[in-house]
Amino acid sequence: MLTGVSEAVYYILAAIIIGSGVMVVSMKNIFHSALFLVLCFFGVAGIYILLSAEFIAAVQVLIYVGAITILMIFAIMLTARLYSAQIKQSNEQVVPGLIIVSALLVITIFALSKTTWKLSSQAPETQTVAEIGKLLMTTYVLPFEIVSVVLLSALIGAIVIARRD
Amino acid sequence: MFQDYAYVGFFCLIGVIFVLFVFFLSRLVRPHHPTPDKLESYECGELPVGSAWVQYNVRYYLYALIFVIFDVEIVFLFPWAVVYRSLGFFAFLEMIIFLAILIFGLIYVWKKGALKWV
Repeated sequence: MLTGVSEAVYYILAAIIIGSGVMVVSMKNIFHSALFLVLCFFGVAGIYILLSAEFIAAVQVLIYVGAITILMIFAIMLTARLYSAQIKQSNEQVVPGLIIVSALLVITIFALSKTTWKLSSQAPETQTVAEIGKLLMTTYVLPFEIVSVVLLSALIGAIVIARRD
Repeated sequence: MFQDYAYVGFFCLIGVIFVLFVFFLSRLVRPHHPTPDKLESYECGELPVGSAWVQYNVRYYLYALIFVIFDVEIVFLFPWAVVYRSLGFFAFLEMIIFLAILIFGLIYVWKKGALKWV
C-alpha cells in the first residue's frame, strides 16, 4: 500500500494530471492545449514509476511525450485555420460533455467501491526491463514478431494515405 | 528504487523553480516602458516579415509519422539489449527478424520517394 512519501507524491502527480487535463480542454489556444497535454503525459509517467513499472514509464515518455505530441503539434501547425492565433477554440458541447463525464464518474465510483482489491504477496520486480526482455524473447516471441508486422502495416498505411499517387 | 527516482523528481522540481525564479527576478529588476517599436518581434534586427504563426509544409507530417513508427521500434530494442547476452544467439536472431521486417518498410518508404524533399 501507499505510505507516507509515496502517498504525497501520488497526490501531487494526481493534481498535476487533473490540473493539466482541465487546462487541455479549457485553453483558448489549441497549441497551448497540446503543451498541457505533454505535462499530463509526464504526470502519468510519474504514476507508472510509483507503480514500479519503470519500463512503461519510459515508454510513456518516449512514445506519448516524444512522438504522439509531435504528431499533434505538427497537425496543429499544418492546419492554417487551427493554428492562427485569432481563432479561439471554444467548447460548444458543455452540456452533453457534462452528462457523459458525470455518468462515467458514477460508473467508475460504483465499480471501484464494488471491487474487492486483492493484494499480491509477491514483492514488486526490481529489474522490470530485464524481465520484460526475457519474456519477450522467450514466452511471447510470436506477439513480439507480430508487433513488427503491425508496425510495418502502420508504416505502409501511413505512406499510402499521406501520398495519394 | 524510489530513492533513485526521488533524484529525478528533485531535478524536475529544481528545473521548474529555476525558471519561475528567473522570470520573477527579471520582473523585479527590469524597467517597464513599452513602446510599439519595443513590442515588435525580434528578428535579428530586421523588420519582421509576416506573422510568426505561419502554416507549415504538409511534408513535415510524413516525417513525423515515420518517426513515430521507428520510435515504437526503438522501445522494443531496450528490453532486448538488456537481456540478449544471457539469452544467446536465438534472441539475436529474433531481433534480426524483427528489424528485417521493419527495414523492409523503410525500403518501401525509400523506394516510394517519401524520404525525398521535393
